[in-house]
Amino acid sequence: MFKILRDLLRYNREFAIGFVLTLGVFLFALAHFWAPMPDSAIYLLPPDMPPSAQYWFGTTSRGQDVLWQMSSAIWNTMLFGITVTILSRLLAVAVGMISGYLGGKWDEALMTLNDTMIALPNIPILLLVYFVMRDSMSWPVLAATAALLGWNYDARLIRSVTLSLRNREFTRHAVFAGMSVPQILIRQHLPYVMPVIFFTAMNNLIWAIGLEVTLSVLGFSDINRPTIGGMIYWANQHQAIIAGIWWWIVFPIIAIVLLFLGLFLLAISVNEYIDPRSRLSRMGA
Amino acid sequence: MLSVVEKTPLSVDAAPVLKVEGLKAYYQMNYFGVRREVRAVDDVTLTIKRNEIYGIAGESSSGKSSLIKTIAGAITPPLRVVEGSVKFDFGGKVLDVYGEPERMKKARWQHLSYIMQGSMNVLNPVRKVKHAFHDFAFEHMGLSERAFRERVEKHLQRIGLDPRVLESFPHQLSGGMRQRLTIALATVCEPDFIIADEPTTALDVLVQQDVLALIKDIQRRMGASIIFVTHDMTVHAAIADRIGIVYAGRLVEEGPTLDVFRQPQHPYTAHLIASLPRLGDKTRRSALPGKPPNLAEPPSGCRFHPRCPLAIDKCKTDNPPLENRLSGRVACWRAGEVAAA
Amino acid sequence: MSALLELNHVNKDYAVGGFLDRSILHAVKDVSFKISDTAPEIFTIVGESGSGKTTTARMILGNETPTSGSLTFEGQDIAKIRSRADKLKFMARVQPIFQNPFEAFNPLSTLDYYLYSTAKRFLGLKRKTEIEAEVDKALNHVGLSLAEVRGRYSHELSGGQLQRIAVARALIPEPKLIVADEPVSMVDASLRMSIVNLFRDLRDTLGVSIIYITHDLSTAYYISDRVIIMHKGDVVEAGAAQTVLGNPQHDYSRALASAVLPPDPVLARRIIEEKMAARG
Repeated sequence: MFKILRDLLRYNREFAIGFVLTLGVFLFALAHFWAPMPDSAIYLLPPDMPPSAQYWFGTTSRGQDVLWQMSSAIWNTMLFGITVTILSRLLAVAVGMISGYLGGKWDEALMTLNDTMIALPNIPILLLVYFVMRDSMSWPVLAATAALLGWNYDARLIRSVTLSLRNREFTRHAVFAGMSVPQILIRQHLPYVMPVIFFTAMNNLIWAIGLEVTLSVLGFSDINRPTIGGMIYWANQHQAIIAGIWWWIVFPIIAIVLLFLGLFLLAISVNEYIDPRSRLSRMGA
Repeated sequence: MLSVVEKTPLSVDAAPVLKVEGLKAYYQMNYFGVRREVRAVDDVTLTIKRNEIYGIAGESSSGKSSLIKTIAGAITPPLRVVEGSVKFDFGGKVLDVYGEPERMKKARWQHLSYIMQGSMNVLNPVRKVKHAFHDFAFEHMGLSERAFRERVEKHLQRIGLDPRVLESFPHQLSGGMRQRLTIALATVCEPDFIIADEPTTALDVLVQQDVLALIKDIQRRMGASIIFVTHDMTVHAAIADRIGIVYAGRLVEEGPTLDVFRQPQHPYTAHLIASLPRLGDKTRRSALPGKPPNLAEPPSGCRFHPRCPLAIDKCKTDNPPLENRLSGRVACWRAGEVAAA
Repeated sequence: MSALLELNHVNKDYAVGGFLDRSILHAVKDVSFKISDTAPEIFTIVGESGSGKTTTARMILGNETPTSGSLTFEGQDIAKIRSRADKLKFMARVQPIFQNPFEAFNPLSTLDYYLYSTAKRFLGLKRKTEIEAEVDKALNHVGLSLAEVRGRYSHELSGGQLQRIAVARALIPEPKLIVADEPVSMVDASLRMSIVNLFRDLRDTLGVSIIYITHDLSTAYYISDRVIIMHKGDVVEAGAAQTVLGNPQHDYSRALASAVLPPDPVLARRIIEEKMAARG
């Protein structure tokens, strides 16, 4: 593991830049655990202070330090995004591989479900969930709902990869070697599906964070918990741009852009590394 | 026993059309710090005469495909020419493939052409056959549209195809007809030199002989030279005037077909020929031990020594040079003792 | 003599084409033959692409079901094997060898995984030492040992070695029948004979019957006891190898036999010269 990391850092510039960016943003987000004040406290500091030596990124109209708000917000947004991504990847892999490998009735049933989900509009459903849940709406519920909406396109992609693997001779050979379906799927097919998972994970993460921002900006989330979207929501509520409190909006946006960029570079370089063809070339095939 | 039976009837004009000298072409790769160098073509020197069919025999990953790609000037990274030269002589017009890449481009299809293994790679499945002829040859021939069409139709008849195939799509034709078409495409400009890469491998057994006869017939009528690559020794027996045997990126033996078959000088060639099964013979044939070498880490000395029944200590350390012997050339320290083995 | 494998008027049709020009392709037509369970033999199916030989093999392995007729293995209808337990029992008796050894092993998986899995599943072994002993024994049959194979990937070995590992794997459950579909067509010439000879040895020493499927008449003649020649789904000729391949009667088998180029420059050249003369 350490060796892989070292090789990637040394020989792949995209990975090195992505790694530094993501690590920087991550360490910044991690810092919120040592914040001098709780992130939910308001009017603790003088409001609307521009960036200065004392308040590096200024303070909000609600008397919060933008620096520490951002630290918490990025942490929460990342946590949300990663939770959605992991859950939806698990769903996409399970549905895609089972549907592609077993075929027949399984395939029909799962793909009907899949296509129905594709046809459903995301935002209205999330709003519906919000209105039903109301006060008990918490970020894990939102994450679970988003995950349920975010797997279907990728399941189709994974299904098509599995479908072509199923017809490869080594799959027939595995069957005659007595391997069970889970063994074939996990040991034989998963290495070929991994690049698809990684690549779609990146898209999914961006989609999930975007979704969180959208919902928060509209106020349809737990607004007392700082997130990037939540910060923009409050900034909007206080008409920060009109009032000239630009630092309330600009710094969170810079942070999220850096995070996206870092994750994107990481994804493409890791993808190149785990791609079966590149793997085989390194093994000397 | 020197060249026993008939002399090959075709070596009329002895001027070489192709001269390959000390050619080395390596795959040089670098994946995340893992550097690899595969010596696919390692110090190959050969000449091909006008009007000759030169067969190149070798196993998969012996470097025979890399060799012809390098000869054709059709290499892309990571394959690179490290040393040596490839020079064509088209009737006094000398062309250095790795010296003048611009002139090389112009010479394609006019002097030099290819017959490839998968005919479908050449023919576009959604376009009529006539477009393929137009795309490949029209520009080079400098004829009017009508004269070009007439020329193509005449050429197809010569090959034994109804000119109506021009109006059909590739999928409407049988495998044998498609292969004939690719031969027609490769020869319509009457090139001086044809590179044929396993042209009969993907064909049904029943049409193989006809396609070979066609290739030889066209070659004889046009007076072209052909470099013919296949792993199938029986095809070489049927069509090649001379054979070069490639093992692990090196030319290990070369000679007139008949002599190579009757009196192989390299132990590898001897084995290849002795192991050929023939209809009506059930006597047990032995197999070579070991495996073909990895070209990234080839064995020291003679690359065949780990599998060679005649290997001595010298073979492990010293690489035998390709030297003239009897009617051909051979690279083996014990060439004289091979027939006895 | 009871039958190990019996094909009884087997037919297989496929629907081909789209919605408008649907037609039926008769891939296999009325094929019948029997392989004895007391006298192991190498039974060869010769044919070109589209002859139905691969479809026949897939039906014998239970990967396809016949449209009509029956295939029985040791008295049991192959098409009626459904449950996983029955399938495993069947696979322990009938094992395949595939055409392309580089395709038959997953390039990203170690080779020994296939061997261990076979030993675990079909022999019911649990202890690592027992499994390794069985695998090693099977590899010894093909002239290899576990030490040479352990932890290796397919790209590290040659086609001939891989094909021998595939044979060793198929031998682990001690099958009665091996179905080999074009097992040497992708193997290098210098290694081809080692595979073909191996089949002979398996028949003679282990008493395994082998269904050898090929388009190559020379190796068919070299190893077969009995041969059938298939053409467009029909069996055009059947019988002892020497008779069918040495003295073919049917027009198609004759054409096939005369299409084989002799490995001799003088004879082969004469054939090509004749063909050229015929072209005019």
